[in-house]
Amino acid sequence: MSEHLITPEAVGAPTAHCASCPIYNSAQLVKLGIDITGYDYVVALAGNPNTGKSTVFNALTGLRQHTGNWSGKTVSRAEGGFRFRERRYKLLDLPGTYSLLSTSTDEEVARDFILFGRPDVTVVVVDATRLERNLNLALQVLAITERVVVALNLVDEARRHGIEVDARSLTRDLGVPVVPMAARRGEGVPELLAAVADVASGAYPTRPRRLPLRDPEIERAVAALTPQIEAAFPGLPNARWVALRLLDGDESIARAVADGTLGAAVAPPPLPVAA
Amino acid sequence: MTLADLPLGARAQVLALGGAGAERRRLLDLGILPGTVISVESRSPLGDPTAYRVRDTVIALRREQAARITVRSEI
Amino acid sequence: MSNPSAEQILADAARLRHTVGGSLHDSVTEAIYTDAAQIADRAVTRDGQRAAFSLDRAIDRVVTSPIWGFPIMVLMLMGVFWLTIAGANVPSAILGELLTGQLYAALHAGAAAVGAPAWLSGLLIDGVYLATAWVISVMLPPMAIFFPLFTLLEDLGYLPRVAFNLDRLFKGAGAHGKQSLSMMMGWGCNAAGVVATRIIDSPRERLIAIITNNFSICNGRWPTLILMGTVFIGATVAPGLASLVAAASVVTVTIIGIFTTLIVSAVLSRTMLKGEASTFSLELPPYRPPRVLQTIYTSLIDRTMIVLWRAVVMAAPAGAVIWLLSNITVGDASLAGHLVNFLEPLGWLLGLNGVILLAYIVAIPANEIIIPTILMLTLTLGRSQLAQAGVMLELEPGMIGTVLTELGGWTALTAVNLMLFSLLHNPCSTTILTIWKETKSLKWTALATLLPVALGVAVTFTTATIARLAGWV
Repeated sequence: MSEHLITPEAVGAPTAHCASCPIYNSAQLVKLGIDITGYDYVVALAGNPNTGKSTVFNALTGLRQHTGNWSGKTVSRAEGGFRFRERRYKLLDLPGTYSLLSTSTDEEVARDFILFGRPDVTVVVVDATRLERNLNLALQVLAITERVVVALNLVDEARRHGIEVDARSLTRDLGVPVVPMAARRGEGVPELLAAVADVASGAYPTRPRRLPLRDPEIERAVAALTPQIEAAFPGLPNARWVALRLLDGDESIARAVADGTLGAAVAPPPLPVAA
Repeated sequence: MTLADLPLGARAQVLALGGAGAERRRLLDLGILPGTVISVESRSPLGDPTAYRVRDTVIALRREQAARITVRSEI
Repeated sequence: MSNPSAEQILADAARLRHTVGGSLHDSVTEAIYTDAAQIADRAVTRDGQRAAFSLDRAIDRVVTSPIWGFPIMVLMLMGVFWLTIAGANVPSAILGELLTGQLYAALHAGAAAVGAPAWLSGLLIDGVYLATAWVISVMLPPMAIFFPLFTLLEDLGYLPRVAFNLDRLFKGAGAHGKQSLSMMMGWGCNAAGVVATRIIDSPRERLIAIITNNFSICNGRWPTLILMGTVFIGATVAPGLASLVAAASVVTVTIIGIFTTLIVSAVLSRTMLKGEASTFSLELPPYRPPRVLQTIYTSLIDRTMIVLWRAVVMAAPAGAVIWLLSNITVGDASLAGHLVNFLEPLGWLLGLNGVILLAYIVAIPANEIIIPTILMLTLTLGRSQLAQAGVMLELEPGMIGTVLTELGGWTALTAVNLMLFSLLHNPCSTTILTIWKETKSLKWTALATLLPVALGVAVTFTTATIARLAGWV
């Protein structure tokens, strides 16, 4: 716990380009109004409303942002920073949403940030008392980015309600680290920091669960479209998800394909030496 | 019958979802799908909206939204 | 980077969309939820003995019941204000004695000892220091109690239940269901409330929420109401009941604010912003026991201190301005005297006075400094010579009443109308700027600014006229 501090002082941009180098998209982040000067990694915080997302944010950053208890409370993104194992992390609180599919303003903000901002890690805060509903969002995030850590929050409250959640079973199913925590009491915070650091550095290679489609017609259409998208945007980590959005008639994704801005979702190939 | 017809405390299974566009999508994203079990939790003092428990979350819907959700009552 | 095959991809997507039919969204959502349910089933074990959330259900049945729903809301508000008023009395008196009594005298003694010129010690001590000291002694104690209490209600999960109870009224007014949430955010700060209207997707309903947000009493205005309620309303009854009656008067103004919000919303949605209320869904989050100590700490740091700091920053220059206005003499009177005399007839018509109107002009940057400004102006312009002599500056609530009635000629009507005018006047400059940023429209910003003032003038004129015709004052 002693390692996480707010680091107001600015240092140079990420130093080395290597296998564990940051993937965040600084140009795009600047466009989204986020200053990443002095930070090594960018971490986004996603989750359903009322899952204790802001509490996790505060536990990580040490900030005392007031946490409200109603949907849509986090209207604008909150920003903070923390330091762990000699690395500086910028943390962004995304609006709480139930889904990323129905394009309300909140959902678009959250989705665009994960897609185009390419955070090094996206922490999905999941409410242990309402797992099924919360996994719905987690599965959607996994379709956009593989660099995910699931913060299984409110395990203390779940226990009070007679609910026990097996984090290892979840880790197996989701293919990403799942950290049980009670953020209000600070329980699980060191473990979450370690998991975030491991995913950011690549020490923990995630194997995210694929978005299930079930319907063979849809699966066929997605399979037909995905290679084309991959050809047009080489290295795109979420071509399958983009294909699905295009099939669903998502206009903002169609625009991003048409004008090439979807290219922002592609991480540059690792360079041996930085300029 | 529709969700709006259910009395306080009743449980029902969703059969179909009416409506269209963004509004319908919102209901789907809230986890209201055919087969979902919904229970009636509480009603506003003025009679509308009504709070329903859907997948362990309590969500308030106005009458006209609830009336677009066809359900089969369960005991 | 425009890719040549982008059109091809989009054309293919359009073609394939026909093969999958119109139910893709349903099918995908269902697939994800089914998967989520299976994963959850594998991971979760439930203790069948304990019925989950049955306590939540029981509480909700009470706080949203047809009989108890509304009384509980009023009682909650009453409780918060009663605790605030009853608890703030003693610390306010102590702070007043300390800051505007002993320290004030010590500063003057110090200034005299180093031989500071009268204009300098006047400007700095009687102007800047005194305004700041008053802001702190009048505002700090009630805010240090009010904000933690309100934050506890918020953290408990009660506020969404208020939105649930009020929704039908908002729907009837043609407003969005989430407007009650931005309204309650406005009880903290109107600028924050205006930003919070972003949760409303429909532009029409969002504008209604923005324009009416000012009818939520904010941080800067609670102290005015609490003080007026304590000094003028509470003091009219037996001491045992004083705090309760004072709290009731503040709650009454708050409720008038809610009804004003509803009425103005209804008028707007039938005239300038026509349309039907759009649908909404609101989560009633599980009740979570608040962490009391942490909440008190957080709200003190996050709300009380921030609001107090803003008030101090605004009060210091305002104190200098007031001192200059009061001490620069043109012809037979000070500048402040001329301005107050000029505003006096209008003030009288509204059941207020020239000092209050001038204070509202000086306090456009921040409502927080209304009371200190009124007190300073009343004291310096007072008919009595006491003010010039520099005594009677200790501010405990009883003394404020004496100053205002003896020197300012206040009556109960002045206090009631100040409370109403505090509810119904232009937003502070920060809020106006926020409205402009959010709407980018001169028209709506002007409407949101001027409509409350017009209402305030109309309402206070009406109450003053009625009170005078009925012979109450």
